[in-house]
Order: sequence, then C-alpha cells, then structure tokens
Amino acid sequence: MITVERLTKRYGAHPAVDDVSFTCEPGTVTGFLGPNGAGKSTTMRMICGLTPPTTGSATVGGTPYRRLGNPGRHVGVLLDASAQHSGRTGREVLALAALTMGIDRREVPRALDRVGLNATAGKRRVKAYSLGMRQRLGLALALLGDPAVLILDEPANGLDPEGIYWMRGLLRDFADRGGTVLLSSHLLREVEAVADQLVVIGAGKVVAQGSKAELLAQTGTLVRAADPAALAMVLERAGLTGTKTTDGGVVVPAGSEVIGRAAADAGLVLLELRPAGSGGLEQMFLTLTAGDSVKEAVR
Amino acid sequence: MTAVLENTHTPSVRAEGSRTVPLSRLTVVELRKLADTRAGLWLLIVIGLATVGTSAIMLGWSPDAEQTFEGFFGFGLLPSAVLLPVLGILSMTAEWSQRTALTTFTLVPARERVIVAKLAAGVIIAVASTVATLALAAAANLLGAALGADGSWDIAGSLIWQGLAVQIIFVLMGLGFGALLLNSPLAIVGFFALPMVWTILGSTIKALGTAAEWLDINTTTTAMSEPGMTGGEWARVGVSAAVWVLVPLVIGVWRVLRREVS
Repeated sequence: MITVERLTKRYGAHPAVDDVSFTCEPGTVTGFLGPNGAGKSTTMRMICGLTPPTTGSATVGGTPYRRLGNPGRHVGVLLDASAQHSGRTGREVLALAALTMGIDRREVPRALDRVGLNATAGKRRVKAYSLGMRQRLGLALALLGDPAVLILDEPANGLDPEGIYWMRGLLRDFADRGGTVLLSSHLLREVEAVADQLVVIGAGKVVAQGSKAELLAQTGTLVRAADPAALAMVLERAGLTGTKTTDGGVVVPAGSEVIGRAAADAGLVLLELRPAGSGGLEQMFLTLTAGDSVKEAVR
Repeated sequence: MTAVLENTHTPSVRAEGSRTVPLSRLTVVELRKLADTRAGLWLLIVIGLATVGTSAIMLGWSPDAEQTFEGFFGFGLLPSAVLLPVLGILSMTAEWSQRTALTTFTLVPARERVIVAKLAAGVIIAVASTVATLALAAAANLLGAALGADGSWDIAGSLIWQGLAVQIIFVLMGLGFGALLLNSPLAIVGFFALPMVWTILGSTIKALGTAAEWLDINTTTTAMSEPGMTGGEWARVGVSAAVWVLVPLVIGVWRVLRREVS
C-alpha cells in the first residue's frame, strides 16, 4: 500500500511536482503515466525518501519510507537501472544488497535466475551489460528482499518485446499474490497492458486518475467519415469538438447516438462509429499532457 | 485463494524487516565495497606491491646498518599513507559519480549511518594495512639478517602507534575530501594539490611561517616518523588535522546528508 498525500516539490519558483495525491492498493498494479519531465521520477524519489518534498507526505504500508527499519524487506525499488557501479559484477551488486538487508547469500543466484540472467551474466561487470540486462538486474535487486511493494521507474526501458512481455507477467503475478505495484512510464500502451489503476500526470499535476475501466469509459467516441471535411462541419454545427487521431478518425467526447444522428441528418456516410477505448485514452493522454515535452528541461 | 497464502507469508517478512540494519553489517558492506570494483581492487594490489617494493629497495640498495625492523616498517608505511586515502576518496565519491547512492540510500535511508560505516571501514583498512606492513617488515628484516645486514629488531613502541595514527589521519582526510567534493577526480587532485600548495606558500612567504608550522599537515606529520613525539608536536598535528580532516569531513557529511539523490 502506497499513500501519496499532496506531494509538492519546487525547484526555485518552478513546481516540478504540484499537489499530487494518489493511493496504490495491495493486489493492484498502478500505472503512473506522463510525458518526460512531468514529475514522475521526482514523485517516486520523494516516496522513497531520496528527495525531500517541499510540502506533503508519502507513506509505504502506513510508514514514511525513511522510518522503515530495513526498507529493502518491505519495498522493492528500481528508479534507474543505469545507476550501478560499472566496475562491479551483477552478482556482486546483489550480494552487497543481500548483505545489507540480512538475506542469505544463496538467494543471489536464485534472484539472478528469476530475471533471466544466467551465471555467466552474473559474473560479468555491469559495464558490459546492455540496458535491458541492467533493467533485469535492477528488477532482481528490487525483488531480492521479498517485498510487498514494488516501485519501478520506467522498468520496460531497454527491454526487448519478449522482455516486456515477461515483465508484465511478473508484475501481474506479483500483484495477484497481494503485492502492490507502482510503475511509471511515458508510454500509455506499455502500462495499459498490465495496470488496473492509472494516474496521469502532466506538468507536475495529476490530470486524471482512476481505474483503467473507468478512464476507458470516459474517453468518448471514435468516428470516421468518408468525407472528413464534411464530418468536421457536422460536428461543429452540433457544437462538438473532436480531436483528430493519427489515422484520420476523430475522437469526440459524446455518445455514439448523438454523433450518429447528427451525421444522419446531414446525410453523411460514416465508416466507423464506436467507443474510443484505448485509442481515446491515448488521445486524452496526449491532450492532457500536451506541450510538456517541449518544456522538458535539465534540472 | 492466493490472497490467503500471501497473508500467511507476509508477517515473517515484516518481523525481520522492521529491525534497523546494524552498523556492524553496514561496515562489512562498506569494507567489501572498497575491494569489489576493478578500481578498488587494483588500488589495493598496487599498495601491496609498492609496500613489498619498499622492502625490496632497502634490501637491494640501503646500507646494511639501515636494514632494521624499524627501517623496513618506516619506509613500508609510505605507499599506503599516500594511496589508501584515494581508496577513502573513492568510497565517498563513487556513490555519486557511479550513482550507486540511489541503491545505497534506498536500502539505508539513514545516510549518517552509511557515512559512519564508511569512516569505520576506513579506520579498519588503515589498521589492517599497518599490521600488514609490520608483518612485511618482519619478513624483510629476517631476509636482510640472513643476507648479512643489521637485522636489529629494536623498534620504539611510539613509532608503531604514530605510524598507525598517520595512516588513520590520511584515510580520514581522504574520506573528508571525498565527501566535501563528491567528485572523484576533483577530490583526488584537491587531496594531493591543496596541502602541497599550502606547503609551498608556507615556505616561501615569511609572514605565513608560524601559521604553516601549525596548519601544514605535511610538515606537522613529519614529526610522526620520529620516535617519542613531544606534546607540542602532537598539538600541531591535532590543529592541522582539525583543519585538513575535521573541517572537510563536517562540511562533507552535511553535504551528503542534504544532497538530493537522483
């Protein structure tokens, strides 16, 4: 269980994270979505006690992270897979963590095995690892303490499609056994496949949150006409504003009946008229967080 | 049904997991981190080889009368006095330059405990290197005696303690510079260059003469290689160590505690 209450972080006058609140329940995977620079990583660092919040608080299992006696046994954290000493072997990275957490060293080869790193990979230095292998090592590190909560920042980065599929299964299984997962990404599709809950953040603010089903239901209707220009006119006349999708359709925040009638009245030929679903979610995601990526800055 | 299984499973994790990680375990971790990277391991190997080298040089080229246990020990401390601090510097800076602080402080959010463990590991490695140097000096002295050199075993007890103190002071100074600058190349250059600059200034500028006697750590610690230091000499070591060890350490620890990890 993760509880985030009104977290805010300001760097000078610029709010990197602005009044963010959400909770992650046991047994669920929460997808934390937003474009680069939206404040996902800063929020996660604040949850893990690495960055002091300007205001607000966060707890894991009811306790602030910094007050957990041996946090590795409660929370598995992967914030940046590249943040490992390049001169250390993969096995040594896990051995140090096991030693710190007070875990039997024999867990180390098992942990490597669980993420698909063999003994040869374990003996190699992290310098020689691909990004995908570093992500796997990071996941092994996060899972090593047998935690009840996982906090993962962009864990699919650098994984190949097979690796992404494998990771989804692993996280789904972890949540189904009662674990809590918070997982960030800037790719909606990636998170959508595994998350039950979504928190969408843009420019430091939560712009949408709820269960995936709820959010999907609110995404409006996808409509495609033989004559797109005529459709635009019909929609304008009906007082509806749609957003164009990349493949020539329009997502309209209204029910299919309203749109269907308007089109029929105008004698317009429709090729497609259906709930927008995840396509609409993507549109919503893009609309809600529009303009943030250009504002991305080096802190 | 899986939820039921999970419920029986979770409590055992919580019971063990709520205990704070003991400082002794953290110290073992920090000691291990000194030697488990390529850079750290090679540094230790080089220190070992260089210490053996000091004995070899003395056996080969020193006058027979100087080939004593005391002589081998005194010269043998030189490589570790110069290079062990670099290990201390890397212990602090690598967390930031290699970004392992992210893992370290995620597993141990009480950063001051990690710092204490690093300082303890530094002191332990200084003690270990002094003991190893004593053993090596003994072996070299036996060899020297067999080859017809002086081979005297007389050593002033104060020399051993003073030698140990020098090792500890310089390792702590390295840790202090590492924590202060949090950047490996900068801290290494600063560690070697700044005291040297001060020594040069102190010896060339007349007005700085008295201040240098008290504040130049290269000068004050020279007395530590002679047996039976006076109270005045200890006082000078103390004052210079406060400036070069304590001040960087205090500011550095404050920096590490406050710095945002990303």
